[in-house]
Amino acid sequence: MIDYKIKIESLRKVFGRRLIFDGINIELNSGLVYGVSGPNGSGKSTFVKLISGLISPTKGKVIHSLDELDIIEEKLHNHLGFVSPYLVMYDEFSGLENIEQVMKIRGLKIDYDYVTYLFDEVNLKERKFDLVKEYSSGMKQRLKFVFALVHNPELLIFDEPTSNLDVEGKEKVYKLIKEEKEKGKLIIVASNEIEDLKQCDSTIDLINYKKVN
Amino acid sequence: MKPLALFNKDWQSELRTRYAINALAMFILVTISVILFSIGSEKITPYLTGGLLWVVIFFSAMSGLSRAFVSEEERGTTMTLQLVASPSTIFSGKLTFNLLLVFLMNIAITILFILLFESFTVQNYSLFLISFFFGNIGIAISSTIIAAIISKASSKGTLYPVLSFPILLPLILTLLELTKFAMDGDSVEKAFVEIAVLISYDVIMGTASYLLFDFIWKD
Repeated sequence: MIDYKIKIESLRKVFGRRLIFDGINIELNSGLVYGVSGPNGSGKSTFVKLISGLISPTKGKVIHSLDELDIIEEKLHNHLGFVSPYLVMYDEFSGLENIEQVMKIRGLKIDYDYVTYLFDEVNLKERKFDLVKEYSSGMKQRLKFVFALVHNPELLIFDEPTSNLDVEGKEKVYKLIKEEKEKGKLIIVASNEIEDLKQCDSTIDLINYKKVN
Repeated sequence: MKPLALFNKDWQSELRTRYAINALAMFILVTISVILFSIGSEKITPYLTGGLLWVVIFFSAMSGLSRAFVSEEERGTTMTLQLVASPSTIFSGKLTFNLLLVFLMNIAITILFILLFESFTVQNYSLFLISFFFGNIGIAISSTIIAAIISKASSKGTLYPVLSFPILLPLILTLLELTKFAMDGDSVEKAFVEIAVLISYDVIMGTASYLLFDFIWKD
């Protein structure tokens, strides 16, 4: 059983003079799917980037822990799988080469059976040897799910997971979310799509954390 | 081994895209051709040739070494790297890649100087090789951290040489002095102070870069 927790304390983010959100105090636990909602510009992507340690908060803390032990920021990437429209894979490598390079940089052994399974799951099995620059935007989005899942992380963050995907692609994503939830992982989905948010057990609406200065 | 895997990724990527290698090769050829044309049949002193060598090396470094970080930023893959490796791994990997580029570039430039400039005569090869070795390390470290700093700026092309100049100046001045000693045939012992300055520069820049990179890398 995975025991992964994220404790968010007094989180505040300001860009220049513009307040994005303030006073977020929540605890997220593994085995559940959390939605992050809010209108465009409400800070959904900023919120998930803060949780991922990609940017720093103006105030407050985000504490990750696995089995009651805090994870240092330097090691957070080992426990995190991330999908977002602004994540870009290397165009000059094939889909499979991208995954191989990433696994080597992570210092992990490549389980080719699992990699093949993931490529199959996202309907890219036939195209995994093609260069990413030849992929459509939907295929690039599917590849990001292989990138996020290949190292079997305890925390999955999906920012607009179904953008650029067709109906079949969306169904695959919802299936993946269900499967990963059953494995006991902590999943965060930031989206405006009602269907995406229906997959979540609870939703954090960022509009509630937008105080006027 | 993780930095080596990142270096391998960058090297494979470079072989396919030729971002830095082509820029460096063209710059070296054009610069040396311009120098040859401007000299014409004039005889130039060995000291001047030694100075020109480091001028070509400095500007060649400015034309290609920023690619390590700039190409990631331009292609939008910076976040991908942030999600797979720690800052220290990324800096070590990028530094290893720039070290290889600097050594390849400077060996090519030095060979061209030996072949094309009669007055480029080194009397003490061991002193020249010592300065060349530690000089290359210094150039690689400085250009890597400066590349990381400027990669997020909008006017990268202008900012890189402008920011590099004051940082690389003490290194280039020491290298010019050491090249002069090597051309005069002076002993390594006589150049001890300059060699110590060179090694100290590498150590200070290396340590400062590792400490600073965490702050530069994170938005």
